[in-house]
Amino acid sequence: MNAPTSILAPIADLQLDSVSFEHRGQSLLAPTSLTLSGCRRTVIMGPNGAGKSLLMRLAHGLLTPTTGRIYWQGPTPVQAMVFQRPVLLRRSAIDNLTYVLGIHKVPRAQRKARAYQALDTFGLTSLAHRPARVLSGGEQQRLALARAWLLNPDVLFLDEATSALDPAAIKAVEDAVMAFHASGTRIVMTTHDLHQAKRLADDVVFLHNGQLREHTSNETFFSAPRSSEGRAFIQGELVW
Amino acid sequence: MPASDNAFLTALQLILHMDSDLFAIVSLSLQVSLVAVALAALVGLPLGAALALWRFPGRNGVIIVLNALMGLPPVVAGLCVYLLLSRAGPLGEWGLLFSPTAMVVAQWVLVLPIIASLTRQQIEALHGEYAEQLQSLGLSTARMMPTLLWDARVGLVTVMLAGFGRASAEVGAVMIVGGNIEGVTRVMTTSIVLETSKGNLPLALGLGIILLALVTLINAMAHLMGETAKRRLG
Repeated sequence: MNAPTSILAPIADLQLDSVSFEHRGQSLLAPTSLTLSGCRRTVIMGPNGAGKSLLMRLAHGLLTPTTGRIYWQGPTPVQAMVFQRPVLLRRSAIDNLTYVLGIHKVPRAQRKARAYQALDTFGLTSLAHRPARVLSGGEQQRLALARAWLLNPDVLFLDEATSALDPAAIKAVEDAVMAFHASGTRIVMTTHDLHQAKRLADDVVFLHNGQLREHTSNETFFSAPRSSEGRAFIQGELVW
Repeated sequence: MPASDNAFLTALQLILHMDSDLFAIVSLSLQVSLVAVALAALVGLPLGAALALWRFPGRNGVIIVLNALMGLPPVVAGLCVYLLLSRAGPLGEWGLLFSPTAMVVAQWVLVLPIIASLTRQQIEALHGEYAEQLQSLGLSTARMMPTLLWDARVGLVTVMLAGFGRASAEVGAVMIVGGNIEGVTRVMTTSIVLETSKGNLPLALGLGIILLALVTLINAMAHLMGETAKRRLG
Protein backbone atom coordinates (compact mmCIF):
# COMPACT_ATOMS: atom_id res chain seq x y z
CA MET A 1 0.00 0.00 0.00
CA ASN A 2 1.08 3.54 -0.61
CA ALA A 3 1.90 5.42 2.55
CA PRO A 4 -0.80 8.01 3.07
CA THR A 5 0.59 11.50 3.12
CA SER A 6 -1.94 12.45 5.74
CA ILE A 7 0.02 10.77 8.53
CA LEU A 8 2.95 13.01 7.77
CA ALA A 9 0.95 16.20 7.39
CA PRO A 10 -2.64 16.78 8.49
CA ILE A 11 -5.20 17.20 5.72
CA ALA A 12 -6.16 20.83 5.23
CA ASP A 13 -9.55 21.87 6.59
CA LEU A 14 -12.24 22.53 4.00
CA GLN A 15 -13.97 25.78 4.78
CA LEU A 16 -17.36 26.80 3.33
CA ASP A 17 -18.20 30.45 4.08
CA SER A 18 -21.85 31.40 3.47
CA VAL A 19 -21.93 29.25 0.36
CA SER A 20 -25.16 29.32 -1.61
CA PHE A 21 -26.18 27.94 -4.96
CA GLU A 22 -28.86 29.05 -7.36
CA HIS A 23 -29.94 27.50 -10.61
CA ARG A 24 -32.10 29.50 -13.02
CA GLY A 25 -33.14 31.87 -10.26
CA GLN A 26 -34.15 29.06 -7.94
CA SER A 27 -32.25 28.76 -4.67
CA LEU A 28 -31.12 25.17 -4.18
CA LEU A 29 -28.80 25.81 -1.25
CA ALA A 30 -29.29 28.62 1.24
CA PRO A 31 -26.11 30.33 2.52
CA THR A 32 -24.27 27.58 4.38
CA SER A 33 -21.14 27.71 6.50
CA LEU A 34 -19.38 24.48 7.32
CA THR A 35 -15.92 23.21 8.24
CA LEU A 36 -14.75 19.71 7.37
CA SER A 37 -11.56 18.82 9.20
CA GLY A 38 -9.37 15.98 10.36
CA CYS A 39 -9.44 12.42 9.17
CA ARG A 40 -13.13 11.98 9.89
CA ARG A 41 -16.04 10.27 8.24
CA THR A 42 -18.69 12.89 7.62
CA VAL A 43 -22.06 11.69 6.39
CA ILE A 44 -24.35 14.19 4.72
CA MET A 45 -27.97 13.22 5.31
CA GLY A 46 -31.37 14.54 4.41
CA PRO A 47 -34.46 13.66 2.42
CA ASN A 48 -34.51 13.63 -1.38
CA GLY A 49 -33.91 17.06 -2.84
CA ALA A 50 -32.38 18.42 0.36
CA GLY A 51 -29.19 19.41 -1.48
CA LYS A 52 -26.86 16.61 -0.33
CA SER A 53 -25.30 15.88 -3.71
CA LEU A 54 -25.17 19.58 -4.47
CA LEU A 55 -23.25 20.34 -1.27
CA MET A 56 -20.82 17.53 -2.06
CA ARG A 57 -20.25 18.72 -5.64
CA LEU A 58 -19.57 22.23 -4.36
CA ALA A 59 -17.11 20.88 -1.79
CA HIS A 60 -15.32 18.77 -4.41
CA GLY A 61 -15.13 21.73 -6.78
CA LEU A 62 -17.36 20.32 -9.53
CA LEU A 63 -19.70 23.27 -9.13
CA THR A 64 -18.99 26.93 -8.41
CA PRO A 65 -21.08 28.53 -5.67
CA THR A 66 -23.36 31.43 -6.59
CA THR A 67 -22.27 33.32 -3.48
CA GLY A 68 -19.81 32.67 -0.71
CA ARG A 69 -16.38 31.10 -0.72
CA ILE A 70 -15.02 27.57 -0.55
CA TYR A 71 -11.35 27.11 0.26
CA TRP A 72 -8.84 24.76 1.80
CA GLN A 73 -6.97 26.09 4.82
CA GLY A 74 -3.63 24.90 3.56
CA PRO A 75 -2.39 23.04 0.51
CA THR A 76 -5.20 21.62 -1.64
CA PRO A 77 -5.32 17.90 -0.88
CA VAL A 78 -5.66 15.08 -3.39
CA GLN A 79 -9.35 14.36 -3.83
CA ALA A 80 -11.39 11.62 -5.49
CA MET A 81 -15.10 11.08 -5.92
CA VAL A 82 -17.22 7.97 -6.34
CA PHE A 83 -20.59 8.58 -7.94
CA GLN A 84 -23.95 6.90 -7.49
CA ARG A 85 -23.70 5.46 -10.98
CA PRO A 86 -20.04 4.71 -11.65
CA VAL A 87 -18.81 6.31 -14.87
CA LEU A 88 -16.42 3.80 -16.37
CA LEU A 89 -14.67 4.22 -19.67
CA ARG A 90 -15.45 1.95 -22.61
CA ARG A 91 -12.40 -0.24 -22.12
CA SER A 92 -11.31 -3.15 -19.95
CA ALA A 93 -11.24 -2.96 -16.15
CA ILE A 94 -7.45 -2.86 -16.07
CA ASP A 95 -7.32 -0.17 -18.77
CA ASN A 96 -9.71 1.97 -16.73
CA LEU A 97 -7.13 1.92 -13.96
CA THR A 98 -3.99 2.44 -16.06
CA TYR A 99 -5.83 5.37 -17.67
CA VAL A 100 -6.02 7.18 -14.33
CA LEU A 101 -2.35 6.49 -13.64
CA GLY A 102 -1.55 7.89 -17.08
CA ILE A 103 -3.42 11.11 -16.25
CA HIS A 104 -1.33 11.42 -13.11
CA LYS A 105 1.90 10.94 -15.03
CA VAL A 106 2.88 7.65 -13.42
CA PRO A 107 5.70 6.17 -15.56
CA ARG A 108 4.28 3.71 -18.10
CA ALA A 109 6.39 0.84 -16.77
CA GLN A 110 4.78 1.03 -13.31
CA ARG A 111 1.16 1.42 -14.36
CA LYS A 112 0.25 -2.23 -14.96
CA ALA A 113 1.69 -3.45 -11.68
CA ARG A 114 -0.01 -0.76 -9.61
CA ALA A 115 -3.31 -1.29 -11.40
CA TYR A 116 -3.19 -5.04 -10.71
CA GLN A 117 -2.41 -4.30 -7.06
CA ALA A 118 -5.53 -2.16 -6.83
CA LEU A 119 -7.65 -4.81 -8.58
CA ASP A 120 -6.35 -7.33 -6.08
CA THR A 121 -7.18 -5.07 -3.14
CA PHE A 122 -10.79 -4.87 -4.30
CA GLY A 123 -11.12 -8.53 -5.32
CA LEU A 124 -11.37 -7.82 -9.02
CA THR A 125 -8.25 -9.56 -10.34
CA SER A 126 -10.18 -12.19 -12.28
CA LEU A 127 -12.11 -9.47 -14.10
CA ALA A 128 -9.05 -7.50 -15.22
CA HIS A 129 -9.65 -7.97 -18.93
CA ARG A 130 -13.42 -7.82 -18.91
CA PRO A 131 -14.90 -4.67 -20.45
CA ALA A 132 -15.68 -2.40 -17.51
CA ARG A 133 -19.19 -1.56 -18.64
CA VAL A 134 -20.46 -5.13 -18.76
CA LEU A 135 -19.51 -5.77 -15.11
CA SER A 136 -22.31 -6.01 -12.56
CA GLY A 137 -23.35 -2.92 -10.61
CA GLY A 138 -21.41 -4.00 -7.52
CA GLU A 139 -18.30 -4.86 -9.53
CA GLN A 140 -18.47 -1.53 -11.34
CA GLN A 141 -18.68 0.33 -8.04
CA ARG A 142 -15.71 -1.63 -6.68
CA LEU A 143 -13.78 -0.76 -9.81
CA ALA A 144 -14.65 2.91 -9.28
CA LEU A 145 -13.33 2.56 -5.71
CA ALA A 146 -10.15 0.88 -6.99
CA ARG A 147 -9.71 3.80 -9.37
CA ALA A 148 -10.10 6.24 -6.47
CA TRP A 149 -7.65 4.12 -4.41
CA LEU A 150 -4.97 4.55 -7.08
CA LEU A 151 -5.18 8.31 -6.64
CA ASN A 152 -4.25 7.81 -2.98
CA PRO A 153 -6.65 10.60 -2.01
CA ASP A 154 -6.53 12.67 1.16
CA VAL A 155 -10.25 13.27 0.82
CA LEU A 156 -12.75 10.82 -0.69
CA PHE A 157 -16.25 11.93 -1.64
CA LEU A 158 -18.96 9.30 -2.12
CA ASP A 159 -22.32 10.31 -3.52
CA GLU A 160 -25.00 7.71 -2.72
CA ALA A 161 -22.38 5.14 -3.69
CA THR A 162 -24.40 2.19 -2.39
CA SER A 163 -27.95 3.17 -3.24
CA ALA A 164 -28.24 0.94 -6.31
CA LEU A 165 -26.50 -2.11 -4.84
CA ASP A 166 -27.51 -5.38 -3.19
CA PRO A 167 -26.55 -6.06 0.46
CA ALA A 168 -23.35 -7.97 -0.36
CA ALA A 169 -22.14 -5.22 -2.66
CA ILE A 170 -23.08 -2.58 -0.07
CA LYS A 171 -20.94 -4.44 2.46
CA ALA A 172 -18.01 -4.47 0.02
CA VAL A 173 -18.30 -0.73 -0.53
CA GLU A 174 -18.55 -0.02 3.20
CA ASP A 175 -15.48 -2.19 3.84
CA ALA A 176 -13.66 -0.21 1.18
CA VAL A 177 -14.69 3.06 2.82
CA MET A 178 -13.29 1.78 6.13
CA ALA A 179 -10.07 0.77 4.37
CA PHE A 180 -9.72 4.24 2.89
CA HIS A 181 -10.34 5.77 6.29
CA ALA A 182 -7.86 3.45 7.97
CA SER A 183 -5.18 4.54 5.51
CA GLY A 184 -5.73 8.16 6.54
CA THR A 185 -8.34 9.42 4.10
CA ARG A 186 -11.04 11.86 5.13
CA ILE A 187 -14.43 10.54 4.05
CA VAL A 188 -17.34 12.72 2.99
CA MET A 189 -20.37 10.77 1.86
CA THR A 190 -24.06 11.19 1.24
CA THR A 191 -26.60 8.51 2.00
CA HIS A 192 -30.26 8.24 2.83
CA ASP A 193 -29.72 4.91 4.58
CA LEU A 194 -29.98 5.62 8.34
CA HIS A 195 -28.34 2.35 9.36
CA GLN A 196 -25.41 2.93 7.06
CA ALA A 197 -24.98 6.44 8.41
CA LYS A 198 -25.05 5.12 11.97
CA ARG A 199 -22.44 2.47 11.11
CA LEU A 200 -20.06 4.76 9.27
CA ALA A 201 -20.42 8.32 10.50
CA ASP A 202 -18.18 10.16 12.90
CA ASP A 203 -20.31 13.22 12.38
CA VAL A 204 -23.50 13.99 10.51
CA VAL A 205 -24.37 17.01 8.38
CA PHE A 206 -28.15 17.20 8.12
CA LEU A 207 -29.78 19.16 5.32
CA HIS A 208 -33.41 19.94 4.72
CA ASN A 209 -34.85 21.97 1.84
CA GLY A 210 -31.45 23.32 0.89
CA GLN A 211 -30.67 24.45 4.42
CA LEU A 212 -28.09 23.13 6.85
CA ARG A 213 -30.10 22.11 9.93
CA GLU A 214 -27.32 20.64 12.02
CA HIS A 215 -23.76 19.37 12.03
CA THR A 216 -23.34 17.11 15.05
CA SER A 217 -21.58 13.96 16.13
CA ASN A 218 -23.02 10.55 15.32
CA GLU A 219 -24.11 10.00 18.93
CA THR A 220 -25.86 13.35 19.19
CA PHE A 221 -27.62 13.08 15.86
CA PHE A 222 -28.99 9.60 16.44
CA SER A 223 -29.86 9.96 20.11
CA ALA A 224 -30.78 13.61 20.59
CA PRO A 225 -30.86 15.51 17.29
CA ARG A 226 -30.79 19.26 17.76
CA SER A 227 -33.22 20.13 14.97
CA SER A 228 -36.86 19.15 14.82
CA GLU A 229 -36.43 18.10 11.17
CA GLY A 230 -33.52 15.86 12.19
CA ARG A 231 -35.67 14.23 14.83
CA ALA A 232 -38.49 13.65 12.37
CA PHE A 233 -36.02 12.29 9.81
CA ILE A 234 -34.52 9.61 12.05
CA GLN A 235 -37.99 8.57 13.10
CA GLY A 236 -38.89 8.12 9.45
CA GLU A 237 -41.52 10.81 9.50
CA LEU A 238 -39.82 13.34 7.29
CA VAL A 239 -40.11 12.25 3.70
CA TRP A 240 -39.27 15.56 2.02
CA MET B 1 -15.09 -2.89 -71.95
CA PRO B 2 -17.44 -5.81 -72.53
CA ALA B 3 -21.09 -5.09 -72.74
CA SER B 4 -24.24 -7.12 -73.15
CA ASP B 5 -27.90 -6.19 -73.08
CA ASN B 6 -28.30 -7.43 -69.52
CA ALA B 7 -26.95 -5.16 -66.80
CA PHE B 8 -26.29 -7.92 -64.28
CA LEU B 9 -24.56 -10.02 -66.93
CA THR B 10 -22.51 -6.97 -67.86
CA ALA B 11 -21.56 -6.37 -64.26
CA LEU B 12 -20.58 -10.01 -63.90
CA GLN B 13 -18.56 -9.92 -67.12
CA LEU B 14 -16.81 -6.74 -66.02
CA ILE B 15 -15.77 -8.36 -62.77
CA LEU B 16 -14.83 -11.74 -64.24
CA HIS B 17 -12.71 -10.25 -67.01
CA MET B 18 -10.84 -8.13 -64.47
CA ASP B 19 -10.72 -5.51 -67.15
CA SER B 20 -7.71 -3.25 -66.47
CA ASP B 21 -9.64 -0.09 -67.40
CA LEU B 22 -12.37 -1.02 -64.98
CA PHE B 23 -9.84 -1.84 -62.31
CA ALA B 24 -8.23 1.60 -62.73
CA ILE B 25 -11.62 3.31 -62.45
CA VAL B 26 -12.67 1.38 -59.36
CA SER B 27 -9.37 1.85 -57.62
CA LEU B 28 -9.28 5.59 -58.37
CA SER B 29 -12.84 5.93 -57.03
CA LEU B 30 -11.91 4.22 -53.80
CA GLN B 31 -8.62 6.08 -53.45
CA VAL B 32 -10.14 9.51 -53.95
CA SER B 33 -13.06 8.92 -51.59
CA LEU B 34 -11.06 7.16 -48.88
CA VAL B 35 -8.32 9.81 -48.87
CA ALA B 36 -10.94 12.57 -48.80
CA VAL B 37 -12.71 10.91 -45.85
CA ALA B 38 -9.43 10.31 -44.00
CA LEU B 39 -8.37 13.95 -44.42
CA ALA B 40 -11.84 15.19 -43.48
CA ALA B 41 -11.72 13.02 -40.34
CA LEU B 42 -8.32 14.45 -39.45
CA VAL B 43 -9.89 17.91 -39.28
CA GLY B 44 -13.53 17.05 -38.58
CA LEU B 45 -13.08 14.86 -35.50
CA PRO B 46 -11.13 17.42 -33.43
CA LEU B 47 -13.27 20.25 -34.82
CA GLY B 48 -16.50 18.48 -33.86
CA ALA B 49 -15.14 17.56 -30.43
CA ALA B 50 -13.98 21.13 -29.82
CA LEU B 51 -17.41 22.47 -30.79
CA ALA B 52 -18.98 20.03 -28.33
CA LEU B 53 -16.72 20.98 -25.43
CA TRP B 54 -16.16 24.73 -25.66
CA ARG B 55 -18.68 27.53 -25.31
CA PHE B 56 -17.76 30.69 -27.19
CA PRO B 57 -19.63 33.57 -28.84
CA GLY B 58 -20.84 32.56 -32.26
CA ARG B 59 -20.80 28.86 -31.43
CA ASN B 60 -24.44 28.40 -32.40
CA GLY B 61 -23.74 30.14 -35.69
CA VAL B 62 -20.90 27.74 -36.48
CA ILE B 63 -23.09 24.75 -35.63
CA ILE B 64 -25.93 25.99 -37.85
CA VAL B 65 -23.57 26.64 -40.77
CA LEU B 66 -22.00 23.19 -40.43
CA ASN B 67 -25.42 21.55 -40.29
CA ALA B 68 -26.51 23.49 -43.37
CA LEU B 69 -23.33 22.54 -45.22
CA MET B 70 -24.19 18.86 -44.73
CA GLY B 71 -26.69 19.48 -47.50
CA LEU B 72 -24.27 21.41 -49.73
CA PRO B 73 -24.98 20.41 -53.36
CA PRO B 74 -21.89 18.65 -54.77
CA VAL B 75 -21.95 20.78 -57.93
CA VAL B 76 -21.70 23.92 -55.81
CA ALA B 77 -18.75 22.50 -53.87
CA GLY B 78 -17.21 21.46 -57.19
CA LEU B 79 -17.74 24.90 -58.65
CA CYS B 80 -16.08 26.62 -55.66
CA VAL B 81 -13.06 24.32 -55.81
CA TYR B 82 -12.98 24.77 -59.59
CA LEU B 83 -12.82 28.56 -59.21
CA LEU B 84 -10.13 28.19 -56.56
CA LEU B 85 -7.93 25.87 -58.64
CA SER B 86 -8.56 27.14 -62.17
CA ARG B 87 -5.66 28.84 -63.94
CA ALA B 88 -7.02 32.30 -63.14
CA GLY B 89 -7.96 31.34 -59.56
CA PRO B 90 -6.00 32.09 -56.38
CA LEU B 91 -4.41 28.63 -56.32
CA GLY B 92 -4.14 28.32 -60.11
CA GLU B 93 -0.33 28.20 -60.04
CA TRP B 94 -0.46 24.82 -58.35
CA GLY B 95 -1.90 23.35 -61.56
CA LEU B 96 -4.15 20.97 -59.68
CA LEU B 97 -7.32 21.29 -61.73
CA PHE B 98 -8.37 18.08 -63.52
CA SER B 99 -6.20 15.95 -61.25
CA PRO B 100 -7.18 13.36 -58.62
CA THR B 101 -5.88 15.80 -55.99
CA ALA B 102 -8.52 18.34 -57.04
CA MET B 103 -11.16 15.62 -56.68
CA VAL B 104 -9.94 14.83 -53.18
CA VAL B 105 -10.17 18.51 -52.26
CA ALA B 106 -13.73 18.78 -53.59
CA GLN B 107 -14.89 15.67 -51.73
CA TRP B 108 -13.09 16.84 -48.60
CA VAL B 109 -15.22 19.99 -48.71
CA LEU B 110 -18.36 17.85 -48.97
CA VAL B 111 -17.43 15.37 -46.25
CA LEU B 112 -15.95 17.71 -43.63
CA PRO B 113 -19.27 19.27 -42.48
CA ILE B 114 -20.83 15.82 -42.14
CA ILE B 115 -18.01 14.46 -40.00
CA ALA B 116 -17.62 17.62 -37.90
CA SER B 117 -21.34 18.02 -37.28
CA LEU B 118 -22.11 14.39 -36.42
CA THR B 119 -18.96 14.16 -34.28
CA ARG B 120 -20.14 17.16 -32.30
CA GLN B 121 -23.44 15.44 -31.55
CA GLN B 122 -21.75 12.20 -30.49
CA ILE B 123 -19.16 13.89 -28.29
CA GLU B 124 -21.71 16.21 -26.70
CA ALA B 125 -23.83 13.24 -25.64
CA LEU B 126 -20.85 11.34 -24.26
CA HIS B 127 -19.54 14.44 -22.49
CA GLY B 128 -22.86 14.73 -20.68
CA GLU B 129 -22.23 11.31 -19.23
CA TYR B 130 -18.49 11.64 -18.54
CA ALA B 131 -18.05 15.31 -17.61
CA GLU B 132 -18.27 15.08 -13.81
CA GLN B 133 -16.09 11.99 -13.57
CA LEU B 134 -13.37 13.40 -15.83
CA GLN B 135 -13.50 16.75 -14.04
CA SER B 136 -13.19 14.91 -10.74
CA LEU B 137 -10.10 13.14 -12.06
CA GLY B 138 -8.62 16.57 -12.69
CA LEU B 139 -8.80 16.68 -16.49
CA SER B 140 -8.93 20.01 -18.26
CA THR B 141 -11.37 20.38 -21.16
CA ALA B 142 -8.53 20.05 -23.66
CA ARG B 143 -7.36 16.80 -22.09
CA MET B 144 -10.90 15.40 -22.13
CA MET B 145 -10.91 15.53 -25.93
CA PRO B 146 -8.78 12.47 -26.74
CA THR B 147 -10.56 10.42 -24.06
CA LEU B 148 -13.99 11.31 -25.39
CA LEU B 149 -12.98 10.73 -29.03
CA TRP B 150 -11.60 7.31 -28.16
CA ASP B 151 -14.59 6.29 -26.07
CA ALA B 152 -16.99 7.41 -28.81
CA ARG B 153 -15.08 5.33 -31.37
CA VAL B 154 -17.91 2.95 -32.20
CA GLY B 155 -20.29 5.79 -33.02
CA LEU B 156 -17.58 7.69 -34.86
CA VAL B 157 -17.03 4.79 -37.27
CA THR B 158 -20.65 5.27 -38.34
CA VAL B 159 -19.98 8.98 -38.71
CA MET B 160 -17.06 8.26 -41.04
CA LEU B 161 -19.25 5.84 -43.00
CA ALA B 162 -21.79 8.58 -43.51
CA GLY B 163 -18.95 10.71 -44.87
CA PHE B 164 -17.74 7.91 -47.10
CA GLY B 165 -21.25 7.37 -48.41
CA ARG B 166 -21.46 11.02 -49.39
CA ALA B 167 -18.06 10.95 -51.08
CA SER B 168 -18.46 7.73 -53.01
CA ALA B 169 -21.96 8.56 -54.25
CA GLU B 170 -21.48 12.10 -55.47
CA VAL B 171 -20.76 12.89 -59.11
CA GLY B 172 -21.20 16.64 -59.47
CA ALA B 173 -18.03 17.75 -57.71
CA VAL B 174 -15.61 15.23 -59.21
CA MET B 175 -17.07 15.82 -62.66
CA ILE B 176 -16.41 19.57 -62.49
CA VAL B 177 -12.94 19.54 -60.92
CA GLY B 178 -11.79 16.21 -62.36
CA GLY B 179 -13.20 16.48 -65.85
CA ASN B 180 -13.80 12.72 -66.31
CA ILE B 181 -10.55 12.28 -68.23
CA GLU B 182 -10.04 8.65 -69.21
CA GLY B 183 -7.17 7.05 -67.34
CA VAL B 184 -6.59 10.16 -65.21
CA THR B 185 -9.69 11.34 -63.39
CA ARG B 186 -12.41 8.94 -64.51
CA VAL B 187 -14.18 7.38 -61.51
CA MET B 188 -17.19 5.13 -61.24
CA THR B 189 -19.85 7.81 -60.93
CA THR B 190 -18.50 9.89 -63.82
CA SER B 191 -18.24 6.76 -65.99
CA ILE B 192 -21.86 5.96 -65.24
CA VAL B 193 -22.89 9.45 -66.33
CA LEU B 194 -20.81 9.11 -69.51
CA GLU B 195 -22.11 5.64 -70.45
CA THR B 196 -25.68 6.76 -69.77
CA SER B 197 -25.31 9.78 -72.03
CA LYS B 198 -23.80 7.53 -74.73
CA GLY B 199 -26.87 5.32 -74.41
CA ASN B 200 -24.84 2.34 -73.19
CA LEU B 201 -27.29 1.64 -70.41
CA PRO B 202 -26.29 -1.96 -69.56
CA LEU B 203 -22.68 -0.88 -69.04
CA ALA B 204 -23.80 2.12 -66.97
CA LEU B 205 -26.00 -0.09 -64.87
CA GLY B 206 -23.28 -2.73 -64.58
CA LEU B 207 -20.89 -0.11 -63.21
CA GLY B 208 -23.63 1.00 -60.86
CA ILE B 209 -24.02 -2.51 -59.53
CA ILE B 210 -20.29 -2.79 -58.88
CA LEU B 211 -20.29 0.58 -57.09
CA LEU B 212 -23.21 -0.49 -54.95
CA ALA B 213 -21.53 -3.81 -54.13
CA LEU B 214 -18.32 -2.08 -53.05
CA VAL B 215 -20.13 0.41 -50.85
CA THR B 216 -22.17 -2.40 -49.30
CA LEU B 217 -19.02 -4.39 -48.62
CA ILE B 218 -17.32 -1.48 -46.84
CA ASN B 219 -20.45 -0.74 -44.81
CA ALA B 220 -20.83 -4.40 -43.86
CA MET B 221 -17.26 -4.53 -42.59
CA ALA B 222 -17.72 -1.37 -40.54
CA HIS B 223 -21.05 -2.58 -39.20
CA LEU B 224 -19.59 -5.91 -38.10
CA MET B 225 -16.66 -4.13 -36.49
CA GLY B 226 -19.07 -1.84 -34.65
CA GLU B 227 -21.30 -4.67 -33.46
CA THR B 228 -18.34 -6.66 -32.20
CA ALA B 229 -16.99 -3.63 -30.39
CA LYS B 230 -20.39 -2.86 -28.87
CA ARG B 231 -20.74 -6.41 -27.58
CA ARG B 232 -17.24 -6.35 -26.19
CA LEU B 233 -17.30 -2.88 -24.65
CA GLY B 234 -20.86 -2.69 -23.41
